Amino acid sequence: MDDALEELYQAIILQHHRSPKNEGVLDPYTHFAEGFNPLCGDRLTVYTREEGQVLSAVRFVAEGCAISRASASIMTTRTVGLPLATVQERIRDVLTLLTGKEEIAIDLDTLGELAALAGVRRFPARIKCATLAWHALRNALNSDCEPVRT
Amino acid sequence: MHTATQASTLDLSDLRAEFPILQRSIGRHPLTYLDNAATSQKPAVVIDAISRFFRQDNANIHRGVHYLSVQATDLYDRARAAVAGFIGAREAREIVFVRGTTEAINLVARSFGGSRLAAGDEILLTLMEHHANIVPWQQIAAERGAIIRVVPVRDTGEIDLGDFRSLLGPRTRIAAFAHASNALGSINPVADMTRIAREHGAAVLIDGAQALPHGPIDVAAIDCDFYAFSGHKMFGPDGIGVLYGRADLLNALPPYQGGGDMIERVSFSGTTFREVPERFEAGTPHISGAIGLEAAVNWLRQLDWPAVHAHEQALLEQAETLLAEIPGVRLYGCAPDRVSLLSFNLEGVHPHDLGTILDSEGVAIRAGHHCTQPLMQHLGVPGTARASFALYNTPEEVERLAAAVRRARRLFA
Repeated sequence: MDDALEELYQAIILQHHRSPKNEGVLDPYTHFAEGFNPLCGDRLTVYTREEGQVLSAVRFVAEGCAISRASASIMTTRTVGLPLATVQERIRDVLTLLTGKEEIAIDLDTLGELAALAGVRRFPARIKCATLAWHALRNALNSDCEPVRT
Repeated sequence: MHTATQASTLDLSDLRAEFPILQRSIGRHPLTYLDNAATSQKPAVVIDAISRFFRQDNANIHRGVHYLSVQATDLYDRARAAVAGFIGAREAREIVFVRGTTEAINLVARSFGGSRLAAGDEILLTLMEHHANIVPWQQIAAERGAIIRVVPVRDTGEIDLGDFRSLLGPRTRIAAFAHASNALGSINPVADMTRIAREHGAAVLIDGAQALPHGPIDVAAIDCDFYAFSGHKMFGPDGIGVLYGRADLLNALPPYQGGGDMIERVSFSGTTFREVPERFEAGTPHISGAIGLEAAVNWLRQLDWPAVHAHEQALLEQAETLLAEIPGVRLYGCAPDRVSLLSFNLEGVHPHDLGTILDSEGVAIRAGHHCTQPLMQHLGVPGTARASFALYNTPEEVERLAAAVRRARRLFA
């Protein structure tokens, strides 16, 4: 087993895949968005509850691979309770992290478990698995209920 | 496409030596290429034929008065004749060169469907079809007000002839079905299906994309109206494929695309069209592709097919046995007559994760819905992992596949 593969399927990812946080429909929710990856057929729906300018709750329903499920699970834990503007910043940072071409310094203190997702950068065919949830969350925040495609 | 005779043995190392790419590595591992149903690798004779054409013989065909153009026209015509001979067509003009199976089916859907379908007419498909043999029919059905009927797939992965017959009716204008399933491997009884469909007055199109890589076919014996296949899955180049069609039927259909080469006479008061095959080959065709396909066909012709068939079936049986021993593996499709491909899932591991883990061992498979979403819905899975074997694969490669699946299972345990 090579190092890149172990970095991709490290314990944090597999743990979130097996026992995801915040999986299931949010009741009640104020916004939702569906993400769809037509290449692999994976579907992922993100439900959010916005109270004032804060993301007070977020849950997801996913039919997909370990990477997409783990990414969604980590996303919910790293965005809940934050001001909406901060959530938008975090989405932008994570998408930059996942899709960036250059090696970037990963700040574990800020990113925490999000850093585990960075292993996907060495698997170009799988990056869209990791970004799907984040695109869906962005669309949910923008109240755009059209399915997003990655 | 398969003959049950006593097989001699195949010299695998000689065969593999003909395929330059099989010598390469993926990272630290030898390439274990088990994605042949997506595209096959190419023998040196095919690569060299294309290279030789561009180095020595390149010119546009038809109407040229210079030496190279006349020669290129001859080479293109010779390729058509070689393909006709390989599939048992009565005449070379029954071979229309297209980009691939998808374009061939679109051509028939447009030209046949567009001229022969009326509101309420029926198109008969099967549940195991590739999207390429579903979507063009949906598009033309929507335009013409036609209805699509779908033959179910039995639990074994087979089409039942009784089911097929019961869905044919007085309004069925065409039945279109795969010779071999790209997701399950099932080989359909295409000669029987063709006979039954034609008894009901329906035309027949067969999607042969997954059949040709596993042996010669005989369109005259099958007696179908149309047969479509792709060069790149049968050891030829991509971008070239074939629509076989009965000459009388093709000549009675309107052209698919307009342009050069397909016209008889053009004026602004009206244009008349040539007969087949030029009728359906507008514009400069893929000349080098046809020449590469001819090289592939000639290469396929000299193989010992009973030995190849026995070898491929042995690989399939070995793969089934080794994978079935792994706890949590589920195999899909158990039709008695199958081409050498195997769809499977490992419990708790999404096919894409499995594909990535296998890739890290140099094992190339396909993971996903295989462009057969209706079939996947029927199976109740989002997708499968698919290992598809070609004549150059080895028992050691099947062992590597099984070992990599075991590794995936340990990783996700």
